[in-house]
Amino acid sequence: MDRYGMQNQIACIRRSLFDQGYLDEQFIQLEELQDDANPNFVQEIVTLFYTDSTRLIQNIELTLNSRPINFSKLDDYMHQFKGSSSSIGAKKVTSECAVFRQYCAAGNAEACIRNFQHIKQEHAILRKKLEFYFQMMGQAAVAQTT
Amino acid sequence: MNVSSVKGSMSISSSTSTWKAGDTISDQFPAGLRVLVVDDDPTCLMILEKMLIACLYKVTKCNRAETALSKLRENKNGYDIVLSDVHMPDMDGFKLLEHIGLEMDLPVIMMSADDGKQVVMKGVTHGACDYLIKPVRIEALKNIWQHVVRKRKNEWKEFEQSGSVEEGDRQPKQSDDADYSSSANEGNWKGSKKRKDEEEETDERDDTSTLKKPRVVWSVELHQQFVAAVNQLGIDKAVPKKILELMNVPGLTRENVASHLQKYRLYLRRLSGVSQHQSNLSTIISAQDPTFGSLSSLSGLDLQTLAATGQLPAQSLARLQAAGLGRATAKSGIPITLVDQRNIFSFENPKLRFGEGQQQHMTNKQQVNLLHGIPTTMEPKQLVSLRHAAQSIGNMNMQVPPHGAQSSQNNPLLMQMGQQQQQQQQSRGQILVDSTINHAPRLSSSMGQPILSNGIATNVSSRNGIPENIRAPGYSQTPSMLNFPMNHASELPGNSFALGSTPGVSILTSKGAFQEDVNSEIKGSGGLMPSYDVFNDLDQHKPQSWELQNVGMAFDTSQHSNSLQGNLDLTQSALGQQGFSSGQMNGHNRSAAVASKAMFSTGDVKELGSAQNVNQHLNNLLVDNTIRVKSERVCDTSPANIFPDHFGQDDLMSALLKQQESVASSENEFDFDGYSMNNIPV
Repeated sequence: MDRYGMQNQIACIRRSLFDQGYLDEQFIQLEELQDDANPNFVQEIVTLFYTDSTRLIQNIELTLNSRPINFSKLDDYMHQFKGSSSSIGAKKVTSECAVFRQYCAAGNAEACIRNFQHIKQEHAILRKKLEFYFQMMGQAAVAQTT
Repeated sequence: MNVSSVKGSMSISSSTSTWKAGDTISDQFPAGLRVLVVDDDPTCLMILEKMLIACLYKVTKCNRAETALSKLRENKNGYDIVLSDVHMPDMDGFKLLEHIGLEMDLPVIMMSADDGKQVVMKGVTHGACDYLIKPVRIEALKNIWQHVVRKRKNEWKEFEQSGSVEEGDRQPKQSDDADYSSSANEGNWKGSKKRKDEEEETDERDDTSTLKKPRVVWSVELHQQFVAAVNQLGIDKAVPKKILELMNVPGLTRENVASHLQKYRLYLRRLSGVSQHQSNLSTIISAQDPTFGSLSSLSGLDLQTLAATGQLPAQSLARLQAAGLGRATAKSGIPITLVDQRNIFSFENPKLRFGEGQQQHMTNKQQVNLLHGIPTTMEPKQLVSLRHAAQSIGNMNMQVPPHGAQSSQNNPLLMQMGQQQQQQQQSRGQILVDSTINHAPRLSSSMGQPILSNGIATNVSSRNGIPENIRAPGYSQTPSMLNFPMNHASELPGNSFALGSTPGVSILTSKGAFQEDVNSEIKGSGGLMPSYDVFNDLDQHKPQSWELQNVGMAFDTSQHSNSLQGNLDLTQSALGQQGFSSGQMNGHNRSAAVASKAMFSTGDVKELGSAQNVNQHLNNLLVDNTIRVKSERVCDTSPANIFPDHFGQDDLMSALLKQQESVASSENEFDFDGYSMNNIPV
């Protein structure tokens, strides 16, 4: 694929991520921070997020599985998770987290568990999409240098 | 000194600033601002670091609060501002805030994904100079330097004021400076003192106005010496002069001690609850130097203090002041030294701390602290203190019942409050309330309450007995006004009209337009803040399109206005960022606060460095400005007559402000969404 074609494809992928609500403008803030000194800044941040959030997800899972459920701890974890995901612009994940926190505040264990599955799904979907996106960008970069 | 520009003033006045290497630094400013960012989330931390670097700041990051504290302690003067997350595993962000305020007196900006009113209010009351909601945008970070400047300016002013006031004291000190220069360098101040000595020794005496304010870094050792001195004297008898003598630290001025003492008192108060408050109050009252006999200024100060504490929206402060001045009954020799008052009031950054021990901003933000420092639980006690204060002060300036209350209801409420107060605690307050009811309907409605209630009560009461007035109404005031009052309201059944309405709704959030500008002076009062430039901190954004410049322009009296304008401008732009989220109000307030500050300072502020003068003129100006600011500012959130009823009290308005209407209208613009007085059950 010629480099322009790739560029276009990447642009399309990126646009669709926004259009479909996976990313919000905070992601753009990250993109703007990327420069020649940090050419892979966005990718680094996303990678960092996923590493860290995996840990958080595990903690949440443990808390959800324990009986009785410690809702305040759950809320704490979710607060962190929400803060993290919002900082990279993960729109859907963040809004699911907000819903979760409401259920958590209400002490609704079932809803929390159900909602948490959504969160994990969104989290995984976004990860795949972003990985694909970065992969394409990597290829385009390579194509440009050839 | 005429601060024609923020930068200029900073470069002149900031002796401890590391940027000051001559003109180049001021040119580069705010580049090179040394920021310490603390966040346990690695993703956020990395993003923040990158953003701050993009803003040309010099960034140090930590992921633990303890690490941050030790870094700060190791290098006292190594940082200009701290950005901290609220939720951290090893230490609560607010605790860290308090520590920093107490020990290092640096401006602190809080961050959190949590934008709930309670949390934001907590930030305000703990003295944060700003509060940013995550995800943080780079635009929000671009303006954080203003908090540093503001703080330094306030400190400078305070310094200057105290200098001018205590010329006598300074003289002997001057001669000693040379002797102390070497020993001072070894002292706790090390960096700051050294710089000061090297550069300003000879100038100190002469350049009161252009004096660089040496930043006193209250190291752990110094603070321990301070505490030892205080304990030796007894907290009730601990006056700055004596403490200073006992501490015997070369280069430490009475003002430094006074401001630190204020913070410390707040801290203790917070720890021990109301009882401390009362004792502090009485201490304040008794410890005043009789030199400042200007009651009017006192009352003004009180108001300012209140305003400063951010509790009292700028407007209400203005009102109160106006009211106070108008009534200016006898300022019964409130012995509060102006200098001290100033300290109390001159918080630009409202680092009000509520909870646990923060001494913060005693120096500049005393006002802010005062108000914030008062935990809600203290209210009843505060009232008691107020009562004491009132008695001692004998001045019942009617401080304008907290404006929170619906204007229309204010009067009756105030009356009720008065009655209630009588029953409850303050017979005096009652009187005050009664008398003031008529006068300060507006004020109370908008601002007075929150401010008065907690923080003011303690501090202000000592001054004019105003606090009392304020207090009572404060609680009932619009919940939106200040979270502060809101909490209190519930606690003071007698006083608060709007107990029902004080669900702890911070004004800030009510409008939804509060800037995270925690540190704006006004912080507390959501909509009304603007006129109080007390905050900071905070703790604290910049309302968007305020025509702060108008405010500044109104006063062409002095540098204050200039600087104020500058501040306003800054705040304006800075506020823009957070949008109309909870931050907005803050910003709004902040601008107002700044404006009000300027206003105050334009007048006869001899001692008050910041806009604390309560000149009526200032008040008027302030009111004008605030009004102006407000109208401009309150744009998006339904500014619509938030308190159409509240400010119906023309009597008060006229008494307080020359521009009743404008004030009223502006008040209307104070946007306490949902928390308007109308909603406050009386």
